[in-house]
Amino acid sequence: MLDILLFLILASVMVLGGLVTITRKQPLAAALALVVSFVALSGLYALLTAQLIAILQILVYAGAIIALIVFVIMLLNVREEDLQLGEDRIGQVGIALLALFPFVSVIIGAVLQLPEGAFPALASADFGSIEAVGMYLYRNYAFVFELVSVLLTVALVGVVLLAKRRI
Amino acid sequence: MDTHHIQAIEATASSLLLLVPLFPLLGAIVNGLLTLMFAHTEKGAPRQVVTGIAVGAPVLSFLTSVVLFFQLRGLGEEARMMTQHVATWIKAGALDLGIDFMLDPLSAVMILVVTFIGSLIHLYSVGYMSHDRGFSRFFTYLNLFTFSMLVLVLGKSLPMMFVGWEGVGVCSYLLIGFWFQDLDKAYAGNKAFIANRVGDFGFLIGIFYLFTQTLAHGGATLDFVELSRYFASLPHDGTTTTVATIAGLCLFIGAMGKSAQVPLHVWLADAMAGPTPVSALIHAATMVTAGIYMVSRMHFVYDLSPIASSMIITLGALTAFLAASIAITQRDIKRVLAYSTVSQLGYMFVGAGVGAYSAGMFHVFTHAFFKALLFLGAGSVIHAMHEEQDIWKMGGLRSKLPVTFWTMLLATVAIAGIPPLAGFFSKDEILWQAFVRGHHVAYGVLLLTAGITAYYMFRMLFLTFFGTPRDQSKFDHAHESPWVMTLPLVLLAIGTCVVGFLGVPHVLSGTHPIFAHWLHPVLHETEVSGAASLEFGLMGLSVLVAATGIAVAFFRYGGATPASEPVTAAWWDVLRNKWFLDEWIEAMLIRPLLWVSTFFVRNVVENEVISGSMGLSARAYAGVAGMLRTLQTGIVRHYALMMLVGLSLLALLLSSHFSGAGGGH
Amino acid sequence: MHLTLHYFLIASVLLFAIGAAGVVGRKNLFIVFMSIELMLNAVNLSFVAFARALNQLDGHIFVFLVMAVAAAEAAIGLAIVILLFKNKESLNVDDFSLLKR
Repeated sequence: MLDILLFLILASVMVLGGLVTITRKQPLAAALALVVSFVALSGLYALLTAQLIAILQILVYAGAIIALIVFVIMLLNVREEDLQLGEDRIGQVGIALLALFPFVSVIIGAVLQLPEGAFPALASADFGSIEAVGMYLYRNYAFVFELVSVLLTVALVGVVLLAKRRI
Repeated sequence: MDTHHIQAIEATASSLLLLVPLFPLLGAIVNGLLTLMFAHTEKGAPRQVVTGIAVGAPVLSFLTSVVLFFQLRGLGEEARMMTQHVATWIKAGALDLGIDFMLDPLSAVMILVVTFIGSLIHLYSVGYMSHDRGFSRFFTYLNLFTFSMLVLVLGKSLPMMFVGWEGVGVCSYLLIGFWFQDLDKAYAGNKAFIANRVGDFGFLIGIFYLFTQTLAHGGATLDFVELSRYFASLPHDGTTTTVATIAGLCLFIGAMGKSAQVPLHVWLADAMAGPTPVSALIHAATMVTAGIYMVSRMHFVYDLSPIASSMIITLGALTAFLAASIAITQRDIKRVLAYSTVSQLGYMFVGAGVGAYSAGMFHVFTHAFFKALLFLGAGSVIHAMHEEQDIWKMGGLRSKLPVTFWTMLLATVAIAGIPPLAGFFSKDEILWQAFVRGHHVAYGVLLLTAGITAYYMFRMLFLTFFGTPRDQSKFDHAHESPWVMTLPLVLLAIGTCVVGFLGVPHVLSGTHPIFAHWLHPVLHETEVSGAASLEFGLMGLSVLVAATGIAVAFFRYGGATPASEPVTAAWWDVLRNKWFLDEWIEAMLIRPLLWVSTFFVRNVVENEVISGSMGLSARAYAGVAGMLRTLQTGIVRHYALMMLVGLSLLALLLSSHFSGAGGGH
Repeated sequence: MHLTLHYFLIASVLLFAIGAAGVVGRKNLFIVFMSIELMLNAVNLSFVAFARALNQLDGHIFVFLVMAVAAAEAAIGLAIVILLFKNKESLNVDDFSLLKR
C-alpha cells in the first residue's frame, strides 16, 4: 500500500515537473523544474530497487547535466526581451500533446496487455546494488564499457575543439 | 453447273511453278541492288548486265511457262491443276493462309500472256529507254511488276491474289511516275494509285465478307477451290443470292479500280505520263486485265447473283461507250489508245457479266496482243518524232516508218474487228453471247461502240501515217526504230494474225473453239446456242458496222489534208473534256474532303480547348506541388512535429488492425 | 493492490510524450534541449522497470550507458548552442532554417 502511495506521489511530481519544464518562458525556471523532475525519478528508481541507478541519476543528471545547462544559460546572458521569441508556448505544446495522444493511447493499450502481476521475488538480495551491477557490467559488458569510454573521450575532444572557436 | 468436277480435282505438286514468278523477282532484286550501287555515278549500272538480267528473267519465265503448259496439258482434262505450297503465311484462330500457287487452265493462259508479251516489251524497252539515265531503275520496276502480276494470277487464294494485286498497283505507281521530276507525271502516278486504292477497299470488304460467311458455315477459307466448293454446297435460295450479290459487288469494286471501269477509270488516261513500254505492258496487256481475271476466277459467285452480273454488264457497256466517245476527240496518240483500252475492257466485262467468261478471257488474250502492239508502235512513232505525241502534228509517216506502219495497221484492223484478225473473233464472240443470252440493250450499245472504235482507231492511223506531214522538220528527222524495238512489233503482229484462230466459233469451224474448251474445266460455263443463221447475221452486221466506221474515218482523214474537227461544237467540248468527270470528282469528293480535314485539324486537333486543358492539368499539378512545398519550412521543429503526427497515425492504424484481428483490450 | 509493471510504464510513456511535446512545441533552444533529456529519462525509467520485472540487471546496464551518452551529448550539444548563439544572437530554433525551400 505504501509503495503505491509513494509511487503516485513521486510519479505525479515527475510528470508535473516535466510539464512545468516545457511550459516556462525563462530557461532557468525550466531547469529548476527539471531538477525536481529528475529527483522524483530517482525516487522511482529507488522504488524499483535500482540503488545504483538512483544515485547515478542524482549525480549525473540532476547534478552534472543540469549544472552544465545552468552554467551555459547564465553564460549566454540572454536578456528578457530576447526571450520573447514570439511563441505561443501553451498553444504549441498543447497541439503537440494532442498530436501525440493517439500514440500514447496505443502504447498504454499495449502496456495493459502485459500480464498482471506483482514484481517477482528478487533474484538476489543485492539486486541493483553497486556490487551486483558492477560485477555484471564488467563480466558481461566489458567491451561495451570500453566503447563508452571511447565515446566520452570523443565527446571531450569534440568539446575542446568547439570551444577553441573563440567565444 | 456440275459440282462433281469440283470435288474430283486432285492437284499435282510442282516446284517448277515457283520458278515462274521467281525469275523476275530475282531480276528485280539484282537490278535493284545494281541501281543502288551505281546511284551516284554518271552513267549508272552497266547496261549490258542490266539488260541481260532484266530481259533474261521474263524470257526464262516464259520458257518455264511453256513447259508447265505442256505438263498441264498432259494431265487429263479433269485433273488439270498443279499447286505448290511454299509456307504458312498467317495462322491465327480460324484464319489459315498459306503462300500457295496454283496452275490451272485459266492461270496458264495468263502466265503465257504475261511472260510472252512481257518479254517482248522488256526487249523493246532496251531500245526505247536507251537514252534514259534511269535505265536500270526502269528495269528493276518492270521486273518487279512482272513478278507481282505473276503472283496475282498464280495465287491460290484471294489474299495471295490480293498481294499481287497490290504489288502491281505499287509498280504501276512507280512506273507511271517514273519521270517524277516532272510534277504532273508524279501526280499521274498518285492518281492511279489512289483510284486503285478506292477499288481495293471494296475488294478487301469482299474478302472479309467471304471470310465471315465461310467461317459461319464451318470452315473458314479464302482459297479459290474451297470457295467454289462452298458456294456449290449452298442451297439455291434467296440467302445464297444475297451472299453472292454482296460478295460479287464488293469484289467487282476492286475490279473497277484495277481495270478502269467507270467511274474509277479516270486514272488510265493520265497514266500515259509514264514511258510508252509501261503503257503497253501494264495498261494494255496485263494489269488492267486483272479485274476480268478476278471475275472469271470467282465466276461461281457471279453465276449465283443476277444483280451483280447485271451491274457488271451495265457498267461494262457504259464504260465501253463512254471511253469510245471520248477517244474520238483526243489528239495525243497515247490517249487515244488509253481510252480505247478502257473501252475494250468494258467489252471484256460485258462478256464476263453475261456469263460468257471464256469470251471475256479470250478478248483479254487477243487484246493483249494487238493493244501491246499498238502502244509499242505508238512508242516507235513518238521516238521517231522526237517525243511528239500530238497526231495533228504528224502525217505521212508510212513512208518513213514502214515496219511500224504495217504492224500498226494490222493491229488497228484487228481492234476494229475485221476478220480474220484476232479482234474480230473475240469481240464478235462477246457480241454474240450478249445477244443470245438476252442482253439486247448491252448488245446494241456494244455494237454502236464497235463502230465508233473502228472510226477513232482509223482516225488515229490516218492522221499519223497518211496525208502530207504537218510538221515538216520533225518529219524529215524521223527514222525507223532499231531492231530491238521493231522485232517485238513484228512478233506481236504475227500473234495478232494467228491467235484469233484459237477462238473460231462452232458455226464456222464445226468444232468447239479451242480456247473456250481449254478453259471449260475451270469456268464451267453453260453453253448457250442459237440459230446458226442468227449468228452469221450478227457477224455480218458487226463487220458492216466496223467497215462503216472505217469508211467515215477514211472519208474525213484519209486524204492529203484531213478534215478539221468541230472544236467549237458544244458536244465536242464535253467529249474532249472526258464528260467533265474529273472535274465532277474534284468538286463532289475532293473539295469536301479537304474542307472536312482542314476543319478538323483547325478546330479539333489544334483546338485551344484541348491545348488549354493540357495546360490545365499542368497548372493543377503545379498548384498542388506549390501547396506541398509550403511544408518545407526549413524549421526542424515542424519536421519533428510531422514525424510525430505520422507516428501517431501509424500507431493508430496498427493498433486498430491488431485489435480487430486479435482480441480487443 | 500492489505495484505492477503497468504503473511504471504508463508513467514512462507520459513523461516521454511530454518531452516530445516540448521538443516539437517550443522555440527556445534550451527548453528543447531539456525536453530531449526528459525523453531520455522516460526511456531509462522503462528500462529499469523491466529490469525489475524480469529480474535481470541488463536494464540497469543499459541505463548506465544511456546516462553516459546523455552526458556526452549534453556537453557537445551545449557547446553547439553557444556557438549558434554566437553566430546569430538568437535562441530561436526557427531562426536556424537553412533547410528552407
